[in-house]
Amino acid sequence: MCKGVVKLNEQKLKLIFSEALEIDPEIINDELAYNSIAEWDSIAHMALVAEIDDQFDIMLDTDDVLDMSSFSKAKEILTKYDITFE
Amino acid sequence: MIQPYHLTKQEKQEKLLKSLTELTDYHMENSAPYRAMIDKSGGFNQPSLLEDIPYLPVQLFKLMELKSVESEKVVKVLTSSGTTGQQVSKIYLDKETAAAQTKVLVDVMKPILGAKRMPMIILDTKSVLKDRRSFSARGAGILGFSTFGRKHFYALNDDMTIDWQGIEQFLAQHTGSKILLFGFTFMVWKYVYQEAVKSGQTFDFGDSVLIHGGGWKKLQDEAVSADTFKEELHRQLGIRRVHNYYGMVEQVGSIFVECSYGHLHTPSYADIMIRDPITFQPLPQGQQGLIQVMSELPKSYPGHSLLTEDLGTILGEDDCLCGWKGKYFSVSGRIPKAELRGCSDTFAFDRKGR
Repeated sequence: MCKGVVKLNEQKLKLIFSEALEIDPEIINDELAYNSIAEWDSIAHMALVAEIDDQFDIMLDTDDVLDMSSFSKAKEILTKYDITFE
Repeated sequence: MIQPYHLTKQEKQEKLLKSLTELTDYHMENSAPYRAMIDKSGGFNQPSLLEDIPYLPVQLFKLMELKSVESEKVVKVLTSSGTTGQQVSKIYLDKETAAAQTKVLVDVMKPILGAKRMPMIILDTKSVLKDRRSFSARGAGILGFSTFGRKHFYALNDDMTIDWQGIEQFLAQHTGSKILLFGFTFMVWKYVYQEAVKSGQTFDFGDSVLIHGGGWKKLQDEAVSADTFKEELHRQLGIRRVHNYYGMVEQVGSIFVECSYGHLHTPSYADIMIRDPITFQPLPQGQQGLIQVMSELPKSYPGHSLLTEDLGTILGEDDCLCGWKGKYFSVSGRIPKAELRGCSDTFAFDRKGR
């Protein structure tokens, strides 16, 4: 896959995070973790998972919903579904 | 072997004895009121049997603030449903305990629900989740089970009327997929089933599975048995698989779910004991008494061993026809209030000791 798409996926995921969690995209980095900010709680997590399903047109497994505990973990999980990041 | 229903009696006894002893020590170190109560009732010596692990009456969480973490570490507070005017339990969760609860719930339900998330209809109102830091038992249940679902649809409006049209559309959109239904026993009966009967709605939920919990008390008052519940939901709404679970806000996660033979099972993370309502001595299999629940999960609050107000009977251990190991049991209702007051002296503790 060309570098452009890879970069796009990262941007796309950032946008999903910022919209689902209603946070400033500026604060999203690899270390951003579940329950570390008030906005990313269990309810927002469900919204986040729904957005990821829709936008990437995949269906995350139950275990992956639980494991998605940070932004970098989200990228790692998504690679299992053939979505590539740098 | 199907996890987490794989441990035999001996294996489980050893595992739980170790983890529950550690938890008791931990809570004695981290919760002064808990330590005061245990000390007052004879202290805690390394037990050799699971029945020697001390237990608290579950009602205590309505009377006292019991937690084993600093307030800054609390990320979520769970409250029992309780009707207006009634005192509610408050359960304080930190990150670690909250995460363990979610993880174990998935583990416990996976043998029934599988690893793939299903389109999910929640037979409740969305407004249950309005407050994001504090959840009722209903909210906690809905959120916990939401992990198994996708495209979550709340079937009840805020005024508790049901959105038949919405359900119809949802089913049409997901024809051919297995649908997950979740709701609380009494609400499913009253606001879904009875409404369907009243308005002459018949549905076919197709290849669906309903998970419900929250207790039978109100339905027993109306003389609705578990069998009637299942038969009627099948007849009226075409719901083919129904699994009840027994759980409480004081021990979220390690719930006891019904197998295909209709028996509630203890997973490897938890166990139950039946105690005589007067002497509190453990009762053997086949005899009805008060249910004591034990769980490895409660770390942010001392709720790992609790005596409930529910009556139940152990039906067997390691030999259920479904193939799952562990104790399996039935719940037959709640102890009448009068009796409870009669023995409440036993639970008395020195509140000045806090």
